[in-house]
Order: sequence, then structure tokens, then C-alpha cells
Amino acid sequence: MADLRLHGLTKRFGAVTAVDDLDLTVPAGSFFALLGASGCGKTTTLRMIAGLDQPTAGRVLLGDDDITGLRPYRRPVNTVFQSYALFPHLDVEENVAFGLRRRRQRDVEAQVEAMLALVQLGGYGKRRPAQLSGGQQQRVALARALINKPRVLLLDEPLGALDLTLRRRMQIELKRIQTEVGITFVHVTHDQEEAMTMADTVAVMHAGRLEQTGPPAELYDLPATPFVATFLGQSNLLAGDAAGRTGDDIAVSAYGARFTVPAARSRATGETIFLGVRPEKLHLATAGDDVPPAHQHVTGVVTDSSYVGVSSHYLVRTGWGTELAVFAPNTGAERQVPLGAEVCAHWHPRHAFLLNRPPGEGDRTAPADANLGVPA
Amino acid sequence: MTGSRSRPAYLLLLPAGLWLILFFVVPAVQLFGTSLYDPAGSLTEGYRMTWAFGNYPAALAAYWPQLLRSLGYAAAATVACLVLGLPLAYAIAVKAGRWRNVLLIAVVAPFFTSFLVRTLAWQTILSDSGLLVGLLRDVHLLGPDGRLLATPFAVVAGLTYNFLPFMVLPLYASLERLDGRLLEASADLYAGPAATFRRVTLPLAAPGIVAGTLLTFIPAAGDYINARLLGTPGTAMIGNVVDSAFLIRLDYPQAAALSFVLMAAVLLLVVAYLRRAGAAALDRVA
Repeated sequence: MADLRLHGLTKRFGAVTAVDDLDLTVPAGSFFALLGASGCGKTTTLRMIAGLDQPTAGRVLLGDDDITGLRPYRRPVNTVFQSYALFPHLDVEENVAFGLRRRRQRDVEAQVEAMLALVQLGGYGKRRPAQLSGGQQQRVALARALINKPRVLLLDEPLGALDLTLRRRMQIELKRIQTEVGITFVHVTHDQEEAMTMADTVAVMHAGRLEQTGPPAELYDLPATPFVATFLGQSNLLAGDAAGRTGDDIAVSAYGARFTVPAARSRATGETIFLGVRPEKLHLATAGDDVPPAHQHVTGVVTDSSYVGVSSHYLVRTGWGTELAVFAPNTGAERQVPLGAEVCAHWHPRHAFLLNRPPGEGDRTAPADANLGVPA
Repeated sequence: MTGSRSRPAYLLLLPAGLWLILFFVVPAVQLFGTSLYDPAGSLTEGYRMTWAFGNYPAALAAYWPQLLRSLGYAAAATVACLVLGLPLAYAIAVKAGRWRNVLLIAVVAPFFTSFLVRTLAWQTILSDSGLLVGLLRDVHLLGPDGRLLATPFAVVAGLTYNFLPFMVLPLYASLERLDGRLLEASADLYAGPAATFRRVTLPLAAPGIVAGTLLTFIPAAGDYINARLLGTPGTAMIGNVVDSAFLIRLDYPQAAALSFVLMAAVLLLVVAYLRRAGAAALDRVA
């Protein structure tokens, strides 16, 4: 097994730079997710690994082999395409056998049968792709790529066309299959929950560049950039300025108030910073409630509340007009906070984080539609 | 319910159906009748219907070489059209980009002049004193007395030229719909360009190939202009025999019988071909 490494990978289409000087290492045997909004360059990156697009600059390495210039059919890499791209003129068996037959392998039938069993499509061998449901076609596409035992399996939004329930099931299925076969999976997706559910390592891409790479929990807990903080889950980002360091804490001044954040939780390198807190890390205290001693707070008025079952989502308008998102779990012990209530939103400093803020930029908070904010 | 739903469909069939009955079915029945007239009759003395089925074996016995030659020339021209047309249609459909429409117009452009004039132009191109023959003699591909005009090659070449658009257009239509992602998937699955063409492009273009070969073969088998203008009596096709039987020898029963023999021969070949290739092709697109 060998790591997949990208060195300074760049792709320009005319004046547009789709992928910009990307450096990335995918450890052998890992389930790696490339996460980003559409147009961020993640699919182009995948196509360069597959050999379907040639990079403008940079290299693709598989272990010690430079595969940058290899034609797609000479690479030990297979792809599960977004649209599946199953051959309509071949039945399921021949679709799955396609790669083996091109390489003149032995006992194709037995391998195909075993692979169809792995993706739970035993008995579907003689059907045509058009006679299968979306989820079944997806499994055929997976089997067709996996049967070649590639050193890296590339998955281009393979679950994008499936409905929500099926998507959840296939996520678990894919994860099971990956563990079973032990092949490196590189999974491109725009669905942050999908990336977090499945991947050992998530790389967040934005505008052709890599924003942050790491295990999902790390990315969520301590995002490195404002983009990651708002794309992977939601964040309340308050515009502030770093005001010196006392011991292990960094002092922050924002809107006339002072806060502190542990230095270990700072990704900021300058003085112009965002103070970030995840909505579920904020707690609401109404008149008469005590704010725990170690906590820091801002005051405001509840302007919106929605009950979404596992939690209640509130918007709290601060004195300077920003609306903070607050998710309160419905454990049964809380009471609902009424609209218009004067509240105090408080948090423990160890749940806050500091990020660099582009000069002149104001607060970034969760979108007004709080229903989008299902905590990941 | 279905009756009321399909009534408009039948109404839509009506104009073309009437046209076909009037100008195809009625003449065909009449022609079949003619083929069974007493062969002893003549245009001046009149014909008698004697149900002379013997006209058919007689016509076949006299003209089977021309019939076989027609089918052979038509098959050769069809193969030549396929060999020339497939790369052309592929280039137009897949590689031409913004030149696509220009090239398509170029394929259709010959139709702006008449069939006869185009074939006459080939007489000039292939003539003994023409550039082409001179060039081929110079490079010794033709002997010093070698000719192109009045050879089987000239007839097949003329047929190929005249029916090439009928091959290219259906091929183009089926290749144009080819999903580029399937070609990428094929490359991703270890198929080089040749294997991709054989295993993916060609099977998916099968409906176009079937349509193109039929549209080329059927009219080519019945053609007589190319054999008349580019060939000799030794390269006469069944169309030339029918032509002379109707218009020169005035032997109407034999001309009609030969027309039906040709129709039956083509029909048999087409049915056999469709059972082999067509079923597979239709199955593939389904």
C-alpha cells in the first residue's frame, strides 16, 4: 500500500484557476473526503488523479511512482462517477467485468459474482442498467470500480442522486465496504455531514485551495479558517481585535466588551480576528438564571425560535444588531425561551476559538433560516 | 378508453396513408398483375392476364448475373460508405466543435445538384484523359493502358459517392448522442482508445450503423444511373435491365417480374440482416 500524494497540483481553464497549487497526502488505506461547495475544484482534483484531466502544473504521486503523465487506462486508479456512467449496452455482469476483461484476467465470472455479493446485488447480473433503481445502479458503479482492486478508489459525489434515506444507508454501506476491502477511498462531496459520517480525514477545499485537513472532529472543534467554521457546521463569528496575552489566555476586545480565549485555541496570527463559538456551545440564561462563573457572555433579545425536535434553535439579537444562533438540546429539563425575552448568551472560553479576520469584515453568523442548522 | 385516445393518432396517419395507398400500393398491385401477363403479348397488341408465373423463372434464368452483380455492387458500396462514413461521422459528432454545422452542410451539399449531374461529373473525374488516371498511371498503380471509367470500380465508386450522405447522417445522429462520460468510464476501466471504440462507441452507434447500411444498400441495389454512366454493358445492374425491358425492349411482363425479383431479394437480405444486427442494436438502445 502506498500513499497518494499531490504536489503543487494546479489546473487552469483559460483565465480560471480551478485548482490552485494543491499539496495533499492521502494516507494508504484511509477513507479520505474532499469537501467543498460546487465549483471549488474538488471534482477537477479527482479527475486529475484519475488522469481524465491533465494538470497545468504539479505532480500526482502514488507511493514513489509519478503517475502525472499516465493515460487513465494505465493508472491503478478507478472511479465511481457521479452519474454512474454505466454502459447501457451491457448487462450488470458485463459492466462489472469490463475492467477485468480489458486486462485479460482469469476466472472473471467468479470474481464478478463475489463482487456483486459484496455490494448486495447477487442475482442481478443479467439485468440491464436501465432496469435498476438509482441505488442499485450506484452499487453496480461501485462494484465495477472496486473489482479491479485499484490502489486508490475515487468517488465523485456518488450518493448525490439518491434520496435522503437511501443516501444514509449507502453511507454506512460504503464505509463497511471500505473497511472490508482496505482500499484507499477518496470521496468528493459537498455534503459536510456525509464527509463527517464516512471519512477518517476530511480536506476542505474552497476556491481551488485547501482550507484545512484533519479528522472530522478536529475540523469541527477547532476550524482553521472562517470558511471551514461556517461550511462545516455553523459558527457565530464575532469581529474583534486581539488585545494582548495574559498567561495562557488571549484577550479579545469586541463591541466594547472583553473576552478571553485559551491560546491553544487560536488560529489567528494577527490582531484582526474573529471570535468564534458554535451555536450549540452557547447557552441561554434568562432573568433570574445564573451565568456560571467561568463563562463569558453577551446580552440580547430572542428574535426567532424554532423547535426542531432534538433541539430548539434561537436567534439572539445583540446590542450592536448581530443575530447569534443558539441551539439548545431538548433533553426535557429546559423550558422554551419566549420570543422577545431578554437573555444572556454565555459560553465557556474553552469552546471558543480565534481565527484571522480579513480587515474590514464584520460579524459572520448562521443563516437566518435556523432549520438548516441540524448540528452535525 | 384506448379507442378514443388513439383516434387522433389514426387521423394523423391518414394523409400519408392515403398517399401511400394511392401511389405505392395501387401501382405495386398493378405491377404485380403486369408481371403475370402472357409474355406473348406486346404493347401494340395488348396483354392478356394468364397468371403466367413462369415469367419469374424465365426472368431469373436470363438475368441472374445482373441480379447478383447488383447485390454485390450494392454490398461493396455499403461497406465502402461505412468505412468512409464512420470516421467522418465520428469526427463531426465528437471532434468538430464549432465546425460541426459547416461539416454537416458539406455532407449534404451534393444534394443541391442533381444526381445525374453529379454522376456525369464523375465521368470526367474518372476519364482516361483525366488527372486521376494520369496520376495513377504515373505511380504505376494503373498500367499504361489501365482505366478507371467503365470498370466495376467506377460503378462502385459512383454508388459510394452518391449514397455516402445516407450513411453519414444516421451515423452522425447516433454518435452525436453518445455520452462522453461513458468513454471516460471506459478509459478509467483500462480500455485504450481502440478497445473503447470497439467495446463502447461501436455498440452504442449500432442503431445508426443499421439505419445507415439499410439506407445505402436498398437504393444502391436498385440504382441504374451509375452503371449506365460509369460502367459498360459488362457491369450492368438489374436496374439497367429493368430500364431497358420497360423502355427499349418494351417487354412489360418481364420488366415487372424483374422488379419484384429485386424487391424480394432485397427484402430477404434486409430481414436476414435485421434479425442478426438489428435485434442486437435495438436491444442495446432499449
